Amino acid sequence: MSAVQVKNSLESAVELGSVVNDFSITVGTANGSGSQTSNITLLRALFKMGIPVSGKNLFPSNIQGLPTWYTIRVSKDGFLARREEQEIVVAMNPDSFSQDLADVLPGGVFLYADDIKIPINRDDIVVYPMPVNQLVKGADAPSSLKNYVANMVYVGILAQLLGIDYDKIYQALNFHFKGKQKPIDLNFGVVQAAADWAGKNLEKQDPYRVEAMDKTRELIMSDGNTAAALGSIYGGVNFAAWYPITPATSLVEALEEYVAMLRKDPETGKNTYAIIQAEDELAAIGMAIGAGWSGLRAMTSTSGPGLSLMTEYAGLAYYSEVPVVVWDIQRVGPSTGLPTRTSQGDISMVYFLGHGDTQNVILLPGSVNECFEFGWQSFDLAEKLQWPIYVLSDLDIGMNQWMAKPFEYPDQPMDRGKVLWEADLEELSGQWARYKDVDGDGIPYRTVPGNQHPASAWFGRGTGHDENAVYTEDAGEYERNMARLSRKFDTARNLVPKPVIDNMEDADVGIIAFGSTEPAVQEARHHLAKAGLKTDFLRLRAIPFTDEVTEFIYAHEKSYVVEMNRNGQLHQLLSLEYASVCAKLTSIAHLDGLPMTASWIENRIMQEEDKK
Amino acid sequence: MADQNTKTRGKVNLVGLTKGDYRGKPTTLCQGCGHNSISSQIIAASYELDLKPESIVKFSGIGCSSKSPAYFLGRSFGFNGLHGRMPSLATGAMFGNHHLEAIGVSGDGDTASIGMGQFKHIIRRNLPFVYVVENNGVYGLTKGQFSATAESGLTLKGHGTNMYMPVDIAWEAVVGNATFVARSFAGDPKQVKELLKAALSHQGIAILDIISPCVTFNNTDESMHSYAWGRNHEVALHELSYVPPMEDIIVDYAEGEMIDVTMHDGSTVVLKKLEHDYDPTSRSGAIALLEEANRKNWLITGLIYIDTEQPSLFDIYNLTDVPLNRLKEHQMRPPPESIDQVNALMF
Repeated sequence: MSAVQVKNSLESAVELGSVVNDFSITVGTANGSGSQTSNITLLRALFKMGIPVSGKNLFPSNIQGLPTWYTIRVSKDGFLARREEQEIVVAMNPDSFSQDLADVLPGGVFLYADDIKIPINRDDIVVYPMPVNQLVKGADAPSSLKNYVANMVYVGILAQLLGIDYDKIYQALNFHFKGKQKPIDLNFGVVQAAADWAGKNLEKQDPYRVEAMDKTRELIMSDGNTAAALGSIYGGVNFAAWYPITPATSLVEALEEYVAMLRKDPETGKNTYAIIQAEDELAAIGMAIGAGWSGLRAMTSTSGPGLSLMTEYAGLAYYSEVPVVVWDIQRVGPSTGLPTRTSQGDISMVYFLGHGDTQNVILLPGSVNECFEFGWQSFDLAEKLQWPIYVLSDLDIGMNQWMAKPFEYPDQPMDRGKVLWEADLEELSGQWARYKDVDGDGIPYRTVPGNQHPASAWFGRGTGHDENAVYTEDAGEYERNMARLSRKFDTARNLVPKPVIDNMEDADVGIIAFGSTEPAVQEARHHLAKAGLKTDFLRLRAIPFTDEVTEFIYAHEKSYVVEMNRNGQLHQLLSLEYASVCAKLTSIAHLDGLPMTASWIENRIMQEEDKK
Repeated sequence: MADQNTKTRGKVNLVGLTKGDYRGKPTTLCQGCGHNSISSQIIAASYELDLKPESIVKFSGIGCSSKSPAYFLGRSFGFNGLHGRMPSLATGAMFGNHHLEAIGVSGDGDTASIGMGQFKHIIRRNLPFVYVVENNGVYGLTKGQFSATAESGLTLKGHGTNMYMPVDIAWEAVVGNATFVARSFAGDPKQVKELLKAALSHQGIAILDIISPCVTFNNTDESMHSYAWGRNHEVALHELSYVPPMEDIIVDYAEGEMIDVTMHDGSTVVLKKLEHDYDPTSRSGAIALLEEANRKNWLITGLIYIDTEQPSLFDIYNLTDVPLNRLKEHQMRPPPESIDQVNALMF
């Protein structure tokens, strides 16, 4: 093979290596070809170089064969939302080759496996062929693994072209393979061979490179599902029941991994928890609700279709007032929809989940760190309120690796809520009533099975009940009880996490968003401000809406509600709550299964602003 | 444990309670309903076994049968959950305190129709749980539709003739790897009580399929689930008496061939074989028996199958002796220094 095939006559206005730490790389491979290891190695090496970076796996619902992409954003300024625009594209998959080629920005870079014999018809980009087969043939790998290590070729070539630190690549591989020398050596050997080849044979023609920075030193990398599992463990989870569903499965898998290490009784080595894989989601939440009723910190995790199946139990838990934590890692519906794509499409369903009059308490984590915090806080809230707490994450937060601050130990002791044990009942001479609003906050007292006081027991039920939990269909009793539940929802208003508000001086409009769209919103705000439109930003972290939300809406003539669904579901809920001023709210909703981009938000807001 | 109030309160058991301490609220089921008779035997069995009501947890699904836990063990915690979903609720709840006893009451609709899935899975997990099916072949609470246990060809007023084959709950339990399967008849209170006592001592799932006639909607003399049919077709497998371990006298069932089954807690079920040379520890024998009974239209009653070797759900989970719902914060939240260790595990 000759040195370089530069199939273009690029203007040499762009100085070589002049774009530092500010571009996106997308790798197109075939699902199941082992590219995950390569992609995450690239991401981690850049992170260890101190450069702000994000990585998003854009994958199909398929085990092997369909096209899949991984996109890495390198940003010295810390803008980490996905971008549509790709400066560097690596094409390893003939099936997506033409699309990958078309996706490269003018002036960008296209690397491809040179066994793909598809003509390259662009002259506005830099093209580097990669002799993948030749380099893999030379690797000291068993034939069964050759296909997997093939993806390490682009890691080595990119490292050489961009200047990625080989030590950091080694560190990333060491972490990935948990210190197992054989796979580390095998993969790193391919990286080195590819880098050597590139050094000798490729002449750099493009402006992109990386340079070590000091912006990630205090940070870790984790995915939201791992953080949620760890947070739950620090929240004292005793019981988890679940049923496999993408993208929630990895939450319980992480729970299983870390709970064994963190939650054995130090004296006896026995378990202070139990995890059960149920026969379906309805059974999973049934078990969790049973456990919550009997005084355990209980949870389940699922996604949209699983929640639909859980609905009947959700109604029971709302009405019989059982604490339980339900994580919903949202994906694209309706139905099976796009099961491996991210979404914020469950918020309406979850708010009303149940039947009859229900209103549910929802937490909305916006980062890996908040997945950890809400992991433990949700148990305090569930037990304080004696209700299900729904935590709505999404596939993007849950399954992708994010830079995060180190997890912080809970700064509050556990709050087990209003539970009466034997001594409490002794003091009350056994006089208590399960559903009596003693404190005026709508939250009654409860006892749990095993309490040996003769007056402790009560009979839980989904049927109409009086203050003593005794069956009744009395009209007055029913209505009083439902009014108390409403009062309890108002109490929740003062207990849930407050929104995070980020204001600009003399802002023109407000933006309301939640969850994983924050990086895109923040970047859009930066660009909008440069273009002359200043914005205040409220990132919602819970429902019911707190006073801060009310104040924000009233304080702005116009607020854009940004979310990843078709119907503008949060916009709908806000419009219900703030009906008299709902004209102040404009929905900016969009769902195509891909993580939100800043450019989409700023374009839509500018379109709306132009209408004025 | 003598009680000063013995004279006024009536006879007390070893935990100092009278039978009255085991009662619940007055029943709202129809007069003569077989379910009331079963409730009475749950009261009697718990009293005679000297169980504290506070140490028993009751469960049910939805239906006439599922209302009945309100009518026994008023001092026990209970949860009347969702139609067909009692098993999952009970499974989670019993992890709160795995030392407690659990009794669930379901019906044929609640178990064999809407609840077939959870019924099969609670069996697989071998939760220590007395699962009573009050089986009458109809939906009483919604006024008499056929359930999945109704026999093919049965005609009921207003609902025509059932065209489908029935589900045999005992059969489903045996093939599903239940470790205790029995069948009885609500009109035979003595056998119901003895089977309940044995079931309560079994450390694993105990399925009791109790034919409990619906006096209102399914009591035609031709129906398998009627009193008249039951009395004429009942074939007792063996006379049976449960002897708690604290007594050392075996009562007056010494004659004839006997087979002893030792329970995990050391107590013994004494089985008296009648004309059938029946071994309830053989699954293939149980299946053959049920097959024969179905063919011959017999109502086999007694302990059909038992396996005391299988580990229970709680044997598998290796939980702390302290019930999980009594753990303190320091036993549930890892110590502060562990957070650095966790962060070090992240990249």
